[in-house]
Amino acid sequence: MNPIVLALLTVVLGVIACAAYFFGSNWLLDRALPDEGPNAGRNINRANAIRPWLFLFPAIAILGLYLVYPVFNSIWLSMMDRSRENFVGLDNYRWMIADDKFRESLFNNAMWLIIVPAASTFLGLVAAGLTDRIWWGNIAKSLIFMPMAISFVGASVIWKFIYDYRGEDQTQIGLLNSIVTGLGGDPQAWITLPFWNDIFLMVILIWIQTGFAMVILSAALRGIPEETVEAAVLDGAGPLTVFFRIKIPQIAGTIAVVWTTITILVLKVFDIVFAMTNGEWGTQVLANYMYRMTFIDGHDGRGSAIALTIMVLVIPIMVWNIRNAMKENS
Amino acid sequence: MEGSAGKSPALIWVVNLSAILLVVLWTIPTFGIFVSSFRDRDAISTSGWWTALSASEQSLVARAGAPDDAVPVGSEWVISGSVFDEGMSGEVTAFGSRAQDPTSNEPGEPLVLRDDGVLQVAEDGTYTITYAEQPEGRRGARIFYTTEVAPEITLDNYRTVLGSEGVAQSFLNSLTVSIPATIIPILIAAFAAYALAWMEFPGRVMLVALIVGLLVVPLQLSLIPLLKFYGVVGEAFGVSAKGYVGIWLAHTGFGLPLAVYLLRNYMAGLPREVIESARVDGATDFGIFMRIVLPLSFPALASFAIFQFLWTWNDLLIAKVFLGQSDNQMVLTGRLVELLGSRGGDWEILTTSAFITIIVPLIVFFSMQKYLVRGLLAGSVKGG
Repeated sequence: MNPIVLALLTVVLGVIACAAYFFGSNWLLDRALPDEGPNAGRNINRANAIRPWLFLFPAIAILGLYLVYPVFNSIWLSMMDRSRENFVGLDNYRWMIADDKFRESLFNNAMWLIIVPAASTFLGLVAAGLTDRIWWGNIAKSLIFMPMAISFVGASVIWKFIYDYRGEDQTQIGLLNSIVTGLGGDPQAWITLPFWNDIFLMVILIWIQTGFAMVILSAALRGIPEETVEAAVLDGAGPLTVFFRIKIPQIAGTIAVVWTTITILVLKVFDIVFAMTNGEWGTQVLANYMYRMTFIDGHDGRGSAIALTIMVLVIPIMVWNIRNAMKENS
Repeated sequence: MEGSAGKSPALIWVVNLSAILLVVLWTIPTFGIFVSSFRDRDAISTSGWWTALSASEQSLVARAGAPDDAVPVGSEWVISGSVFDEGMSGEVTAFGSRAQDPTSNEPGEPLVLRDDGVLQVAEDGTYTITYAEQPEGRRGARIFYTTEVAPEITLDNYRTVLGSEGVAQSFLNSLTVSIPATIIPILIAAFAAYALAWMEFPGRVMLVALIVGLLVVPLQLSLIPLLKFYGVVGEAFGVSAKGYVGIWLAHTGFGLPLAVYLLRNYMAGLPREVIESARVDGATDFGIFMRIVLPLSFPALASFAIFQFLWTWNDLLIAKVFLGQSDNQMVLTGRLVELLGSRGGDWEILTTSAFITIIVPLIVFFSMQKYLVRGLLAGSVKGG
């Protein structure tokens, strides 16, 4: 069968199955515990206690299998050998700490963590500040936001074309080298340039994430009470002072949210490195190294240990998010 | 929002110019591959895409008619014709007879050939070779000429890519992955979100906290355990561990925390009176959900659907792990990465394939931006 037909059929079947489950289980519950007759009161209470779980069951089952179970299974796997058969204790972690490529990945991830969220948030703030002040702001916002819809792989091709390098006597068709030679410099193979190639990969993610930061921060900026701005202007504050001293402190909470959201994304960055360099020339990162260890070298134990490293790095943000959510709910 | 501080004309200029600069910087990369995808292979590899709209000088070669076909004109023998192919025209800026020096002569300037014929090429491309005596030979002389070629827009790249590089099949595969992977989590999440927003039960707060926590669990952690699990299930049912059902469910699992979180937040914000009064009228939770909450939650459902569609369409990692590498399972992102490896320098193939992979998300993005922004705000602006 043609896969696309299969897909549409699955959608229809899935919708029907879902509807049947929810409708059927609710109907069964109503039949088992009727809200009339001698035990009506007790039945209603019991049905009300059970019903939420009928609504929640599919979601909890899938979350359990796809996200919760793997966390614990990974901890176990990270203490197994290559074939997942023999228990090796902390050997994989010992290997990890001693491994040069792992250290390189950790260092690069740290660089990504410092540079990408900072640059995206800053540029997003600048873009929000600028586009909120011009009549064609919405068009500008749309265009800056657009890379958000582009896949990391697509973005990698787009930027690889910009970083393209030809020999010195050839016409440069990469935009960056063309500008460099136009200014009298020598063309460079940017992707293989030690240290700087990391930055060139980060530019791709910054390009994608600035729009996200801009959209969120622009909404937050518009939510600032007029009076605070007007009071500052009356006191003689210039536009830059107003922006940095009055507006920024008021949206600090939102800035933190944007920052952490991008941080999470950066920790998991895989596609860009995979497509641009596959971790060569000193650009390895944790997510790509995990993929390499597991699916190329076939060592599940080490792969799990690296994946858990990413998890450990995410935990502080997770705790912070949960605390914020609990505060809102109470 | 601009206080009186934003009104000075100089500042308005600075703001507008900075905004233009930012927009140009952000759109040029995509514009580059868009333009390149319509350019000829040779044009891409010899000149930057930004020159695509200016005429380019090209050195070409044509072959004159054979000496045997020379016709007598007066006391001389003449071969004539045009360097351009039939139906083509252009302006010759230089010509020559030897490959080492293809621009030796200006149009109209006579050039003596090795067989003593005199070659003249006019600006419009017509040439004459004049001989004093009847020439012999079957092969005509080569004429090298330089001409201004108007920029050419071609759809050849799209024909090549869609026809022979397997991109068309991958396009369908991507749709096959994305559509169910977008719809299934919505169904499941909507019910759960309603329970978390409007039903009373012990452990509700804990569950919400768990969902918020799961939002950030790196999916790298799930790959090995799930692949192992799929292997076991596949063996039990005698099917391959890699297939569409597996990836639909995987995308469902990974998208579910965001779906539940977004929908719960939205549903919790619906007016309490509407739901309470329906309860008083004797409506069941199931009825309230189907008839009141679900229709009212359309904006949130749309927001999540867009996120999930973009995410599943653009995903590379999950497709690489849970789908096979054969033609009938490779999605567009996987294909693009493969082409990056196998056709590394063939920018006409790469730019065109890249543009095909991003066109659907771009259409979705521009047509439903409103919902996307709304969803982002609901999902991110907490506390403020």
